[in-house]
Amino acid sequence: MASNPRIIVVGGGLAGLSAVIKLAEMGGTVDLFSIVPVKRSHSVCAQGGINAAKNLKGEGDSTWQHFDDTIYGGDFLANQPPVKAMCEAAPAIIDLLDRMGVPFNRTPEGLLDFRRFGGTLYHRTAFAGATTGQQLLYALDEQVRRYEAEGKVNKYEHWEFLSAVLDGNGICRGICAMDLRSMEVRPFPADAVIVATGGIGAIFGKSTNSVVCTGSAQSALYQQGCYYANGEFIQVHPTSIPGEDKLRLMSESARGEGGRVWVPKQSGDARDPKSIPENERWYFLEDWYPKYGNLVPRDVATRAIFKVVYEYHLGIDGKPMVYLDLTHIDRKILDRKLEGILEIYEKFVGDDPRDTPMKIFPGMHYTMGGLWVDFKQATSIPGIFAAGECEYQYHGANRLGANSLVSCIFGGFVAGPAAIEYASNQSAATSNRHFEAEQKHQEENNARLMKSEGSENPFRLWRELGELMTKNCTVIRYDASLKETDGKLCEMLERFRRINLSDRSQWANTSVVFARQLYNMLQLSRVIAQGAALRSESRGAHYKPDFPERDDKNWLKTTKASFAPDADEPRFEFEPVDVSLIPPRARKY
Amino acid sequence: MADSKSVILQIKRQANPREKSHWEEFELPYKPGMNVISCLMDIAANPVTRDGKATTPITYDSNCLEEVCGSCAMLINRRAHMACSALVDRLEQPIRLEPLSKFPVVRDLAVDRQVLFENLKAVKAWVPIDGTYDLGPGPRMTSEQQEAAYPLSRCISCCCCMEVCPQFNEKTGFVGAAVLSQVRLFNTHPTGAALKRERLAALMGDGGIQECGYAQNCVEICPKDIPLTRSISEVAGAVMHHAISDLFRT
Ligand SMILES: Cc1cc2nc3c(=O)[nH]c(=O)nc-3n(C[C@H](O)[C@H](O)[C@H](O)COP(=O)(O)OP(=O)(O)OC[C@H]3O[C@@H](n4cnc5c(N)ncnc54)[C@H](O)[C@@H]3O)c2cc1C
Ligand code: SF4
Ligand code: SF4
Ligand code: FES
Repeated sequence: MASNPRIIVVGGGLAGLSAVIKLAEMGGTVDLFSIVPVKRSHSVCAQGGINAAKNLKGEGDSTWQHFDDTIYGGDFLANQPPVKAMCEAAPAIIDLLDRMGVPFNRTPEGLLDFRRFGGTLYHRTAFAGATTGQQLLYALDEQVRRYEAEGKVNKYEHWEFLSAVLDGNGICRGICAMDLRSMEVRPFPADAVIVATGGIGAIFGKSTNSVVCTGSAQSALYQQGCYYANGEFIQVHPTSIPGEDKLRLMSESARGEGGRVWVPKQSGDARDPKSIPENERWYFLEDWYPKYGNLVPRDVATRAIFKVVYEYHLGIDGKPMVYLDLTHIDRKILDRKLEGILEIYEKFVGDDPRDTPMKIFPGMHYTMGGLWVDFKQATSIPGIFAAGECEYQYHGANRLGANSLVSCIFGGFVAGPAAIEYASNQSAATSNRHFEAEQKHQEENNARLMKSEGSENPFRLWRELGELMTKNCTVIRYDASLKETDGKLCEMLERFRRINLSDRSQWANTSVVFARQLYNMLQLSRVIAQGAALRSESRGAHYKPDFPERDDKNWLKTTKASFAPDADEPRFEFEPVDVSLIPPRARKY
Repeated sequence: MADSKSVILQIKRQANPREKSHWEEFELPYKPGMNVISCLMDIAANPVTRDGKATTPITYDSNCLEEVCGSCAMLINRRAHMACSALVDRLEQPIRLEPLSKFPVVRDLAVDRQVLFENLKAVKAWVPIDGTYDLGPGPRMTSEQQEAAYPLSRCISCCCCMEVCPQFNEKTGFVGAAVLSQVRLFNTHPTGAALKRERLAALMGDGGIQECGYAQNCVEICPKDIPLTRSISEVAGAVMHHAISDLFRT
């Protein structure tokens, strides 16, 4: 089609901005949509670092080893060729970020420094203090601002993607979006669309994610016909700080730099942790996993903490908390390498973790599942691509720490050129009426919500959803409670019809926006709960005490959910995993 | 305050940029660990004022809830502060919430801070790389260089420094401390320095560095402890130097 394709990118986190940069560099014109100004995207929260086997520590690390760790850590559920490609591309991605000015920490010689992270025995994680995601996002944001100044990128910030515009042949021709200030709904045509809308933490109420990580866009696309893959794989991070409004992450880098997890051996021991002598402390991760110690993968560490707290009743003060201790590490090193995260603990808890062991507990953190994509990041709807946490490709059944940032950037770098290639082979739509139809449809959705005269407050309904999903769809799963969860979700969808927006104004109305997101969260929750119920095995983050083993014979398969509009519920099918490069082996840390 | 059973908030409300503002008061059950954002969430779940009148949830900006995205700046008890890190236990009650005063109000506590992003564009706050193809590693840097750049690069674009700056207003068109500090960051980067002259040129004249009266309000309020006065004086020195060398050039 046009020699200068027009591409829409939805989402300006690391994945979206990476795609934008490639698109602009290749001569495309980009319309970039984001709920928040892109510089405020969730990617700023990433703390610990980004993986690449640069082998700068004389350890004999290699991209193959990175690949193997990633596949093994993901319990063999990821298709292997794209993961291999990502690990091979990672060192050059770090170089590029370095050239863009990311202030990565340095060695005395002035080279990039690397730290250790979970699920590997190598120093493979590049970092910029303890705010790596912020630093990477800023570097990409600056490059995009440069293209914006050159007129190659138009930003639509404070705009929310509502739906794709599909023509009569089911081909994507653009999107419908809403201005979050004027509440105007408007269709935007494009030759291809890249979706990079991040995580789904809000489905679990409180999580380590940012507020706008609702998964609403992914859910809308699933309801329009995209496959959603491996939805049941939800990562619960072992170390977060419980809070009123969110679970703030205490990065794995704290353990990468030597942090140790322990509880008092004596149940209910109320002494000041520092006065508890070494021999009365139980460093249970080091005890159970001598090889990896505190740096076992997240699913393993999380289940260990659950066991200590709920089976051995050894939580601090009888509460669901364990110690994460940095007090044995030199203050100067802590400040140089971890300041950003220590500051979070200090600001939000009030204690100085250099002096006092931190109190932490697992919290919902990441979705391995997401929009199904092929090896070119194309979703199952022609013309829609996806990259970043919103898609499922790189992490299998459990993501290794510091692998997300690299998968976001790599995914964006693949999606950008793939979208241009697609656009140049695509013929123009035959009519424009699909735009009007979709716009009208979305305007009617808004009008219905505004008029609805029920008694359900969307924010309260959301809290119920979060509690339900956290209780039944995270660390430990039972078929009975998963089925019950799906039943409750149906009830909530029913109650959603009786929603009452206390705000009916037509300007910056956050209630109507949130209600729309809530509906999409409820639909996506059913994919998670039902997917988990179906999978009768334990693999990576998905753990069922009634099926404690991995079952490759029946379940070495990608779960693919599709939406059945008439039945208003998901349908499931299963696809074999491409294990052509590394034969599956038992996962034992 | 920590043991009181309720939290009282007075919130300045404004339905849209044209409407007049008014105040509403709320009383919420106290929970340990509350911050201003969690209060605003509680109000959304039960939007009723202290005297029992139904109202609308408050419109405000937030995202990360851990003081790193820069969204949630507002006036809390008359002081510019990030709402997510404003712990109720440390605030005097009633807690007074107002939108930042130097930026156009969108609605309630949400304001439009686009001006900062525009100014970052004007001073070319980026490293001009050749392209994204593989060109090997970036310039070698010492730990000292990294340790000087990193704190500057932690600016979260919250605009608190601009809010409290006596010189930041429509009359002067002053770009504000955050932008000056970004100029320092990019001018000291080995590759970023290629655009140094253009950045400094953008800071000469009205709205540029000359507007700063060195009142230092900015450095005191910055939630990320960015060494702003140091940045300002270094950039001021560079602008001066640049102006003089320009004089000799012509
Ligand atoms: C606290 C924390 C720490 C982490 N630390 C690390 C780490 O150290 N290393 C690592 O590798 N990973 C880490 N992760 C994971 C990693 O940060 C994320 O997976 C990653 O940043 C996701 O990036 P993204 O580009 O996919 O999405 P995001 O950065 O979440 O961006 C999503 C974008 O989409 C936009 N958007 C969403 N919905 C819509 C819509 N409907 N319409 C318009 N725009 C929309 C948003 O505005 C935003 O711009 C961490 C995660 C958390 C929560
Ligand atoms: S020193 Fe004073 S005048 Fe200068 S930027 Fe800071 S607050 Fe404004
Ligand atoms: S310099 Fe500080 S106060 Fe100013 S915008 Fe940046 S972080 Fe905010
Ligand atoms: S919500 Fe991100 S800084 Fe407060």
